[in-house]
Parts: sequence; C-alpha cells; structure tokens
Amino acid sequence: MSASVAGDAKPKFSGVPWRERAEEALFPPAVALLVALICGDLLILSYGQSPAAVYRLLLEGTWGNAYGFGQVLYKATTLAFTGLAVSFGLRAGLFNIGSESQLAAGGFAAALAGLALPVGTPLVLALPICMIAAGLAGGAVGSVPAYLKTRFGAHEVIVTIMLNFIVLALLNWFIAGHLHVPETLHTPEIHAGALPRLADMFERFHGSAANLALVVAVVVAGAVWFYLFRARGGYELRAVGLQPDAAEYGGIAVGRVWLRALTLSGVIAGIGGINYVLGYKHYYEDGFAGGAGFMGIAVALVGRNHPFGVLVAAFFFATLSQGGLAIHAFVPKQMMDVLQGVVIFAVAVSVPEVRRILRGARKRADA
Amino acid sequence: MSSGRPSTSEAARGPASAIPAIRMSGIEKTFGDTVALRGATFEVMPGEIHALVGENGAGKSTLMRVLGGLIKPDAGRVEVNGRDVTDWSTNDAISAAIGIVHQHFMLVPTLSVAENLVLGCEPKTRGIALDYKRAADDVRKLSSDTGLVIEPERLVSDLSVGEAQRVEILKVLFRGARILILDEPTAVLSPPEVRELWAVLRRLRDNGDTIVLITHRLDEVVELSDTITVMRAGRTVDRIKTLGTTPAEIARLMVGREVSLSAGKRVQPLSRQSETSPSQGLEVRNLGITGSHGVRVIDGVSFKVKPGEILGIAGVEGNGQTELIEALAGLRAVAGGEILIDGVDITRKPVTVRHDAGLSHIPEDRHRRGLILEYTVADNLILGLQKHFAKRGVIEDDRVMENALKEISSFDIRPANPLLAARALSGGNQQKIVVAREMGRSFSVLLASQPTRGVDVGAIEFIHQQLLDARARGKAILLVSAELNEVLALSDRIAVMYRGKFAVVMPAAEASEDVLGEYMIGTKKGNAA
Repeated sequence: MSASVAGDAKPKFSGVPWRERAEEALFPPAVALLVALICGDLLILSYGQSPAAVYRLLLEGTWGNAYGFGQVLYKATTLAFTGLAVSFGLRAGLFNIGSESQLAAGGFAAALAGLALPVGTPLVLALPICMIAAGLAGGAVGSVPAYLKTRFGAHEVIVTIMLNFIVLALLNWFIAGHLHVPETLHTPEIHAGALPRLADMFERFHGSAANLALVVAVVVAGAVWFYLFRARGGYELRAVGLQPDAAEYGGIAVGRVWLRALTLSGVIAGIGGINYVLGYKHYYEDGFAGGAGFMGIAVALVGRNHPFGVLVAAFFFATLSQGGLAIHAFVPKQMMDVLQGVVIFAVAVSVPEVRRILRGARKRADA
Repeated sequence: MSSGRPSTSEAARGPASAIPAIRMSGIEKTFGDTVALRGATFEVMPGEIHALVGENGAGKSTLMRVLGGLIKPDAGRVEVNGRDVTDWSTNDAISAAIGIVHQHFMLVPTLSVAENLVLGCEPKTRGIALDYKRAADDVRKLSSDTGLVIEPERLVSDLSVGEAQRVEILKVLFRGARILILDEPTAVLSPPEVRELWAVLRRLRDNGDTIVLITHRLDEVVELSDTITVMRAGRTVDRIKTLGTTPAEIARLMVGREVSLSAGKRVQPLSRQSETSPSQGLEVRNLGITGSHGVRVIDGVSFKVKPGEILGIAGVEGNGQTELIEALAGLRAVAGGEILIDGVDITRKPVTVRHDAGLSHIPEDRHRRGLILEYTVADNLILGLQKHFAKRGVIEDDRVMENALKEISSFDIRPANPLLAARALSGGNQQKIVVAREMGRSFSVLLASQPTRGVDVGAIEFIHQQLLDARARGKAILLVSAELNEVLALSDRIAVMYRGKFAVVMPAAEASEDVLGEYMIGTKKGNAA
C-alpha cells in the first residue's frame, strides 16, 4: 500500500521506484507474449500458412473492425469477472476453482430475477436487483467451500471442483425439468433488466454483444482494488494470504477472512452472469458459462492477481478467443487454445525468471 | 565408560581406527548476509558417541548438512574415514555409510514399516514385483540385531512417536549407515522412550557404529556421549571429553564468557510512577497446556508480574517457554488455569481483546509471526493495530505514514524509508520494527520472547534499553530468552523453566549462571513460589 504524504513540508518517500515497478509489471508478460508468438509462428507454418498473413487476419478480425472488437469486449467482460473472482481468492491464499459454477448460478439467479420483475421495470431498478440476485447466488455457492474449510479444514480446491459438478447438474435439472421454453434448454426471456448494448450507442458495433456489463466489470475491478489496497479488510485479507501466522498474531481471525474471501470471490463470479443473461441473450441457457470460469484462473495468473492486470489479461484472452474464429478458414481455431496454453505456461515460468534477471541487472548497474 | 570401551568393535575398521571417522576443518558457509559457519572444525573418532552442542543458530545443523552432502561449503575440507569428500553429494554420503536421522520424520504414513525401510532399494521377485516377504525378513533381522524392536508389517500411521523414530533410525541403518547423525532425537520423546533410545544408541556404539548427537539438552549430553564439541556463532569453540565435565561447564562454553551483555547497566529499584496507575500487571494461575502429542507441555504454572517489574524466564529451549508465551498471547489453546491482565480474565479471549486489555507481544519468530515480510515497513508498523488506523473500514494512509515516521525515527530503523518492504531490511532492523510497534503503542503488560535473537550488538543494547525504560514507566514485562546473560542483566526476578514447570523463582540478585544452570538441567529442584 503506497501512502502518499500530505503536505509539502514533509519528506517524500518512494518504495520500489515507479520505473522498476513498471518494468516488473510489463516485462514478464511481454516475454511470455513473445514466446507465444514464436510458438504460434511454428504452428502456423506447420499448416503451410504464412504467419504474417494469419496474424494480420487475426488482428483484423479482432481489433481491426468494430464488430470484432465488440465481440472481444463482450468476451473480455465475463473473463474479467471470473478473473477478478479467482484473483480475489488468491490474494487471501485460497484457490477458488469454482468460478465456473458460481458464474452459472449467478446467471441463473439474474434470469430468475429478470423473470420475476414486472415488464417495464426501469433499468436503474432492475439492474441492481438482478445484480444482487446474481451476487447472492454466486456467493452462496462460494460460501459452501468457505464454510467447509473453516469448520472442517476441507481443502477449498477439492470442494470447489466437486461443487462445480453439483451446481451445474442442479441447474441443468432445473432448466430441463421446470423452466425451459419447449424444445430448448433455456428459460423464457426476462421481463426486465436487459442491458443496453454498445451498438445502441455506436451503430458501428452493430451485431456485437458488448454491453453495459463491461462498465460494471470495470467498476467492480475498481472496487476490488480499493478493497484490497485501501480498506482495512483488504489489509487483513492480504496479510492472511501472505503469512497466516503473522495475521493470527496481529489479531486477524484467519478463518473469518477465509470465509469472507471465498464468499466474495463467489459474489464477483456470480455477478459476471449478467453479461450473458442481461446483456446478450436475455435468458439463462444451460451451459452458457462454457469454460469462462476456468479461464478465469488463467486470467488471474496472467493478470498477476492485480485487478487492473486482470482487466488487461481478460482483454488479451478474449482477443485470442475471438481471433480463433477469425482465422478459422486458414488454421483450426483450436490453435488459439494451444496458444492460450502456451501463454499461461510462459507467464508461469517467465514471471519469476524475468524478475530475477531484471533485479540482477539492476544490482550490477548499481555496483 | 567412555575411555574403557571394549575394542571388540568391528575389525573391518581395523587399521583405520586411528583415522577419524569424520574430520571437518575450516568449514565456512555464508547464506546471503548471514554467516552460518566461520571456520568450524569437527572431528569424530570411529565407535564413539559424539555430542554436538550449541545455542540455536550456532551452526550445528548447517555443519551436519555439509557433512550429509546437502549443502556445499564455501571453504574447508571434509574427510570421512580418511577420504577427502569435500563437495560430495547426498548420494555419495549415503553410499559412504553416513545416515542422518532428521528431527522431523520423513516416513510415508500409508506404507508399512518394511515398505518404508526398503523404499528406494526394494528387493524384487524376478525383477518386477516387490518381494514383501524378503523385505519383512530383512527388517526383522535388522530389528533383532540392533534392539530396535518393531513389527515390519505395521502401518507407519499406527505408530507412536517413539516407534516412528525407531523406524527412522532403522531406515538409515538399513541402507548400511555406520555413521549416524541424530538431530535433536529426543525433542518429541517421552522420558521412557528417551531411555530406550539411549540403550539402542549405546548398543550401536558397542557394535562399532559412530554416532553424532545434536542436542541442546545438556543432561542428555553428559549422560550419553563420549566426546563433546561445542559450537558458538559458527565456530567450534571447544572439544572436550565428557568424562569429568559438568553440564554447567558445557553451558558456560556454549554461551561464552566474553559475550557478557549489558553488565553494570542494571537499574536499581525504581522510582515507580506507576503508584498512581491502576495497572495490576500480569497474573497467571495454575496454567496448563497440552502439546501436539497429548503431552502436558505446561503443567500448573502460576506467577505474577507486577507493574514496573521484569520477570525473566530462563531455561533450556523446548521446556515449554514457547508454548507459555503463545498461550498468554492468545495463539494457543489453554487446557486449564487462568490468565489475567490488570485483573481482567482473558484466558480464552481472542488476540484483539487481549490487545485492548493492554497486552503487547514481541514474538520469538519475527519472520513467521512478527512481520509480514512483503508488506512495507509502514504497514508492518500497524499490524495488530489496523483497526485503530482505519476510519469506516478504510485505512488512513496519512496516519499510517505519520506513525511510521515517528517510530522509524524514535527506534532508529534503517534505512529510514517507510515504503520499503520489510523483507529488504536487515534482521536487526526488522526486529526493531517489531519492537517499535509493540512498545510504541499503549500497553501495560509486555511479553518479550527472544527480543534480541539474531540481532547485532548495537541493536541488542538499544532493545535492552527500551525494555528497561518500559520497566521504569511501570510496565509489567515477561522476558523469555535463550541468552542467560540477557535474563540475568534485565530481570528483577528470574524463573527457570524445566519440563513445563517453574523449577525455581528467585530474585535476580541471588541468581548467577551457575545457580540457574543447575535448575535448567534439572539437577536441582527448588520451590517455585
């Protein structure tokens, strides 16, 4: 937590210099990206295509036109929520693998709320209600592993993984057995809470699903940042994640922090459900999460567990995902899955390694 | 018994009997900024039990890790049975018959005793399947040869601590070890188990095996060993025959005369400003604590620390001091008894309530408890006080910073940059952060556990002065230290802990190293009034 000193008379201190922090934040992902690019080159070449042409196509299909860019933003929105959820847990030293089912539960609850509201409910009322429903559902799913961990010491990784199956199967049963529109696996369309799309404001984005949920994601990222680095709760949460024994010594109830962290992690993932349900289809459809929850783990890792890093990483992974569709004619879109794997791998390896090299270089420069 | 050992020892060692089993000379090892070994010399003759003693951090374990090939020395020479083996690997050490029995068990709990023993060198039937019967037979034979009785078929998870240790020793013997290194083998054993272990070790010695015993329980050293090497601050300061020495003499060598600290700095009875203060200090009544193995680690301890008084607790480490402090601080469950701060019962209250009642705590392990190393100095200076630095749930950075600048200047924490990560500071300055935080806040009772451990001389003096100043301000201070000199120099009264009880409580004026030493090793028992 960097504290700025108020007043001019007081001396100014800086922790790690700004430049060093920027280098350490940017270099490792840059190296990882480079590695991924080289791997991508080789893969493209192995299909007998020109890397330059394929990459150009990829860029044109994603950032190069408004529709593609809108789709990237739409996909990034869900990934931002799940990435924030996973990183929030990790800050407390907990690995929440359950964001997949928390996302689904949140979407389901948002749809139920949207169905329950009377037609014509203004958005200023409907959106908060749907968000609260989504957050409560995600939080409820997240609180189960939290409770089992603090009460019985059950490992959160096991519980969240298993809970994914249980929750997704339950939702499937609800939809298939009770709530679906005949011949489909989705609910009827919501009565209220549909979010305005980007295309409503800018005609050029026509057809893309990017919507107001993107703004919500950015606001949530800001809130997470504030909580982690400015609030007392964040001070305690990070302390538990870094050194539980010292946290206990400092009068922090470690179990209670775990409970709070995993539950809030579930809340964040749950709210992510509004992107699809309120922003895109206007109904809950079975299986809509489609791996976005699991991808949140990679997003959190590449985003270095920092809320703003997570936003950037979500945008990056969304680009790869959308780019896979753009280059489908030339190389299989699964190539993008391979590339995502390479990026995750490269980040995991390069972060400590690149940092070590940077610090070594600085030491030599100082000497 | 040491000198007149029967020379029926294995003739295989025959001509080499004059050659030391282990000879290490001029061993140096530095980890980062800390010097662990500064020219240590260690010589063990074959067929003896050799005790390696020294205070925590003296370098015993590091020296043995060099011997076991786990770490490479920066300088020096290692010989085993006359062969130069400097820079060898763990595998080399194992094949040269060196076996380390670690302090922490390294067994697979879901496997049987026999399976654990053959792990890595399993006998096979026709090259594929594990020959359980042969494994069990091999183990049974070794077991009866050595007197380490254990059923090979039992699961390790079903064994008691003493039995698990027997398996650990069998494991290294099974791999052909003839030079055994035991690191604190009795730390987790009950007295009868300790006696059994002694019998086994003597028997192994009489069979010609060489045994190195690392321990800081001096009674064990005198009871069991033939020769003693004393380490202090990375050096081997003496090598003596056990016959004719006393625990008190060993203790003197371990602590070292020349480090006599803060002598003559003693403040005489106080001008008590606290006469007006309502503080009643710390009171403990009949406290009991159960340890991890169901043993009573603290058994019926009662004492009072009055305002303006320092009660020092001396004792060999591992006699319950850590558990006592943790229980007082609210970090360990209490089995029975009462803890009162200023007359308020806080026996089962959480840490925060104790803080509010006036308790302050300098923990013995700053890296595990006292600091969050990734946090800045400023953030560490509010650990435990975070609720006082937050307004409506938001940390007030200006006040955190103000507090940091104040503490940094009054405790001379260097470098004087509140935004550096605590990890970046030296050990002494890290300790100053902890001391500054715990003594800078308002408190009436202070638990100071190893307040100067691993701290340089200048910082030691400073911290001592802070403790004496707090005493003069009418604070009740409970001081636990492995440094006998520190306890003697600062305390008004001194209690000696031995096996979870106070062996004696005496005024500091009547205490000396020699007097305390006898209580510390249990040869003398007094009335712990």
